[in-house]
Amino acid sequence: MYKELQQLGVEVLSVSVDSHFVHKMWNDHELVRMVDGGIPFHMLSDQAGNIGRAYGVWDESQGIELRGRFIIDPDGVIQAMEVLTPPVGRRIAETIRQLQAFQVVRDSKGAEATPAGWMPGDPVLRPGPDLVGNVWKVWKPKK
Amino acid sequence: MPDEPKGCARVTGAILGAPPPQTAERNSFSHSPMEEPMTARVGRPAPDFNAPAYFRGTFKNVQLSDHVGKWILLCFYPGDFTFV
Repeated sequence: MYKELQQLGVEVLSVSVDSHFVHKMWNDHELVRMVDGGIPFHMLSDQAGNIGRAYGVWDESQGIELRGRFIIDPDGVIQAMEVLTPPVGRRIAETIRQLQAFQVVRDSKGAEATPAGWMPGDPVLRPGPDLVGNVWKVWKPKK
Repeated sequence: MPDEPKGCARVTGAILGAPPPQTAERNSFSHSPMEEPMTARVGRPAPDFNAPAYFRGTFKNVQLSDHVGKWILLCFYPGDFTFV
């Protein structure tokens, strides 16, 4: 999965309230057994929750950060966000799909849009007067 | 934030442009714009920050704005030794 992110030119930054020393222990003692060579991206420490507060993922009652995921474009603008409570883990494949869709839109300088359920290789929409009432000709939703 | 954390000081992530907590005036009768929390929203600039990080055997400071020009996937999670 990380290779796919690299191929898309995506830099990953993870953040938690653990110190960078604990990040090292976690990497060296557990993660290295799960990921060949250890964690390949920067693991950030936000012990006071300052970054978490600014991103709306700080849980004051528990002193932790919720499972928040933000896609930030090359201009530094947030394009997508998703926040889950702790018991449910994420599905990275959907994040990758969204990154691919946002990259298509950006490469077209905003001329193209991706319809619901779009996957790489599917037709894109070119919003404009000619598309009104004609989306059905381009976009055939799969069940 | 200094490059090398000093002594036992508790280093932490910090939002750039926000007042440091020690100097921020807490006055319940007035709200200056600086006290309003920065809130992340889609279509808006991502709040910039600086934080100590672990990366491939080294400790370094990471600033979000140093990565302008690249797509960034920023992921928060509750804690180390839990599933991400």
